[in-house]
Amino acid sequence: MIGATVRELALRVVASEPGAVARAISLVEDRRPHAEVTTVELLRALSEASDPFRAARIGITGPPGVGKSTLVSALAKATRQSGRTVGVLAVDPSSPRSGGALLGDRARIEIDPADLGLFVRSMASGGELGGLARAASAAIDVLSAAYDVVLVETTGVGQSETDVEHVADTVLMVIQPGSGDVLQFLKAGIIEIPDLFAVNKADLGSIAERALGELSAALAVAHSVSESDIPQVLLTSASTQAGIPELLAALDAHRAGLVKSGNLRERRYRATAAAAFRLFVHRWGEQGVADVGGKTALLAHLERRVRDGATAVEAMSEMRPR
Amino acid sequence: MKKRDAPWIMRTYSGHSSPKASNELYKQNLAKGQTGLSVAFDLPTQTGYDSDHPLARGEVGRTGVPVCHIGDMRTLFDGIGLEQMNTSMTINATAAWLLALYIAVAEEQGANPKKLRGTTQNDIIKEYLSRGTYIFPPAPSMRLIADTVLYTVENVPEWNPTNICSYHLQEAGATPEQEVAYSLSTAIAVLDEVRKRGVSAAVLTDTFSRLSFFINSSIRFVDEVCKQRAFGRLWEKLGRDRYGITDSKALRFRYGVQVNSLGLTEAQPENNIVRIVLEMLGVTLSKNARARAIQLPAWNEALGLPRPWDQQLSLRSQQILAYETDLLEFGDIFEGSPVIEGRVGEIAGAAWAEVEAVLKRGGVVPAVEYVKERLVASHAARIAAIERGDQIVVGVNKFAESAPSPLTAEGGADAILRVDPAAEQEQVARLHAFRASRDKAAVERTLAGLREAAKSGENIMPASIAAAKAGVTTGEWGGALRDAFGEYRAPTGVAGARAVTGDPVALEALREKVVALERILGRRPKLLVGKPGLDGHSNGAEQIALRARDAGFEVVYEGIRVTPQQLARAAADEGVHLVGLSILSGAHLDLARDFMAQMKQRGLEKIPVVLGGIIPDSDATELRNSGVRAVYTPKDFRIARILEDLVAYVREAHAA
Repeated sequence: MIGATVRELALRVVASEPGAVARAISLVEDRRPHAEVTTVELLRALSEASDPFRAARIGITGPPGVGKSTLVSALAKATRQSGRTVGVLAVDPSSPRSGGALLGDRARIEIDPADLGLFVRSMASGGELGGLARAASAAIDVLSAAYDVVLVETTGVGQSETDVEHVADTVLMVIQPGSGDVLQFLKAGIIEIPDLFAVNKADLGSIAERALGELSAALAVAHSVSESDIPQVLLTSASTQAGIPELLAALDAHRAGLVKSGNLRERRYRATAAAAFRLFVHRWGEQGVADVGGKTALLAHLERRVRDGATAVEAMSEMRPR
Repeated sequence: MKKRDAPWIMRTYSGHSSPKASNELYKQNLAKGQTGLSVAFDLPTQTGYDSDHPLARGEVGRTGVPVCHIGDMRTLFDGIGLEQMNTSMTINATAAWLLALYIAVAEEQGANPKKLRGTTQNDIIKEYLSRGTYIFPPAPSMRLIADTVLYTVENVPEWNPTNICSYHLQEAGATPEQEVAYSLSTAIAVLDEVRKRGVSAAVLTDTFSRLSFFINSSIRFVDEVCKQRAFGRLWEKLGRDRYGITDSKALRFRYGVQVNSLGLTEAQPENNIVRIVLEMLGVTLSKNARARAIQLPAWNEALGLPRPWDQQLSLRSQQILAYETDLLEFGDIFEGSPVIEGRVGEIAGAAWAEVEAVLKRGGVVPAVEYVKERLVASHAARIAAIERGDQIVVGVNKFAESAPSPLTAEGGADAILRVDPAAEQEQVARLHAFRASRDKAAVERTLAGLREAAKSGENIMPASIAAAKAGVTTGEWGGALRDAFGEYRAPTGVAGARAVTGDPVALEALREKVVALERILGRRPKLLVGKPGLDGHSNGAEQIALRARDAGFEVVYEGIRVTPQQLARAAADEGVHLVGLSILSGAHLDLARDFMAQMKQRGLEKIPVVLGGIIPDSDATELRNSGVRAVYTPKDFRIARILEDLVAYVREAHAA
């Protein structure tokens, strides 16, 4: 793809043409060397043609079977009803043995095929340890250029909560009542990452109430150490729609807070630098990190470049081990 | 002359095109000695849509008869006395509605509802698991079942309000133990739902005694004999231990049968005649566990819709067994056999352990996903065994050579029934005329009553019968309840299912081809598996999805009941390299054409599309001519070979 075509594609993405968005994501997934060059050009063109801070990036994570996809569907619907456009990236794990994947989240997301303001893309994690696909951060950049709200769904089994933090402005953790999830999170030390919690399947009644109580108590303990604000916990039921408007309002409020305090930009710079770091490790390995002066130095350099306006892929590709 | 037992009720599952055409078929079948009716409804009727709904396009009169209103029901049973008839209706999500129409027409005929005999299938769990014609979420669905049970126990006491199905579980891959376990688990869910309403012990006993089962019978007929006996034993145990039933008559296990369609082959289809007869033995040989009613598939089911002659052959098979052989002259021929007893004990033991596993998960409703995954895994194991040749299927993976068959000359185009393409338009025209002729005020009034009943929780049957009499349509009834209850999407069962390898060496070779393809494409080949239309038979699509993942493909699968427009949008958004459609309802020509047009409109005509289903040769040719890259039928049982084709098609499209 030559420069003019890439810019044209970027403009069509910014104009929210689904065909162009789909093509752009296929491009950022493409691992052939010439495609990687084009990806850098595309992301650069997108950041010039649109405000990278405009779209709200919401990461939705939690263990399998808690109803994340159904909740994403309900959130997408409520967001559309509020007049905003939505892009969804649903990440499913790849099979470690075959490298294949079953991408089933789309089945639970209600999509009107004529609605150009809702776009859903499934992506396989490609065996990345963090649960997020290597191409996810670039795909999120594409979706952010095209839609008002970007929902990123990942299955959380310990590690990916920290991963989704690096691509989302707001991290929502979904848990299921009566599952012992709370205890698991405390053990895994990841309870401090999410900005919001949803106890889903509130239709289960008293069991859901109990989970809400346990979680609130655990959060109070965890955050008394870090002295940060205790995140809000909401009861939702994706099947009956109960609590969905409240959840959307809480997500909006969290983002408004970030914008007001100036933390949005800070958070995004750090996240983008972290994404660039992971890309670097993916390409050059730990030895490569050592060759450019170690993790701290590399991260500091990447963060500087990102603050200057570089995309993650750009910042990463400028760095080469000796 | 020796005293003989009375034979079972003989039926043939039938219905097609229009109420009038189906009525004529029923009368012919009864004249040939059939002793009961088994009504097949089309997919729009089963999923609560009128014949003119957009989703009904191409499906009207296809897999059964369309019944949109009381006029259709009247025509369907014209000249057939319902007080004397024993009618089985394969109807589930809309069972309460079709039963209401049936009662309303019976009353018009002057029949006494207390004397009506028959069955509404009314088993929603197996719809979630296998058959796919569900509408509502589990809670309101279970409520509708309990409503019909309690209504009929009181008002139509000879009726079997729910016919719990192991049939479709076997079609979905269940082992005998799983079949027994999961259908008993479903019965428990129904009985618990009824008991929850605080009914008296007498009503609970009546309910228990009116629950019947609809069972499958496979070619392993000794196993089947034992399975039916194990069923009876566990049913009695369940009644005594869990529900405190003591009346021995009420504890009897009653079941009807449709023998296995899964094992019927498209290759050398005449062999199926033998299979069907052997499968019938499994449910008739033991007097103490004999089926109350039997319907047999036709020898050519894997080719398409059977003709009247094909159905006659199946009926004659039953009649020969019942009237020519000495089967009905003897008592139970297995009583005291240690071999049979041993196997019965094995099945009963393993099945009960699995019932307990389901109960531990809160019962079959919350455990639907678990059960589905177990079934998908069993089915994958079965297919893999056939591919490896460990399980012999004569004429398919062994003894495949055949002389030309006179039954399927010229590709078998004449060996099946073709639904008149004009039938759909005619049905829609009749529906419009009916709507125009009815009393609008009465329709509005009874629909309001229906909504009120749905909301308040009072029994849905009286309001449904009133609506039936006032001329409310199937789509209006379905719409009112959809508004009240919402709609459900069942688990696909593929995410958690473990892979089963047909041939490990072939799989490794295939994985290498996929990796090589990935290098050419720059990313993993991505496949969209789609089930357009109302057909809910998803077993084939699920197996392809599973095996494609194991070969290294990225597979997007959206489940059943997706429109061609939604599928084309998914193909576009997801950036897939190939689309595979699965259609078993016979609506493949309409749906595939529609889908191809949608793809073209989005500029995606270069993406190869393949199609699987029960597709007659002449249709396959037509589909290929209209741009479908390949057509797969039940003959193509080697999934590994299909996947190899898919790799080649993606490569070829990429090169172009």
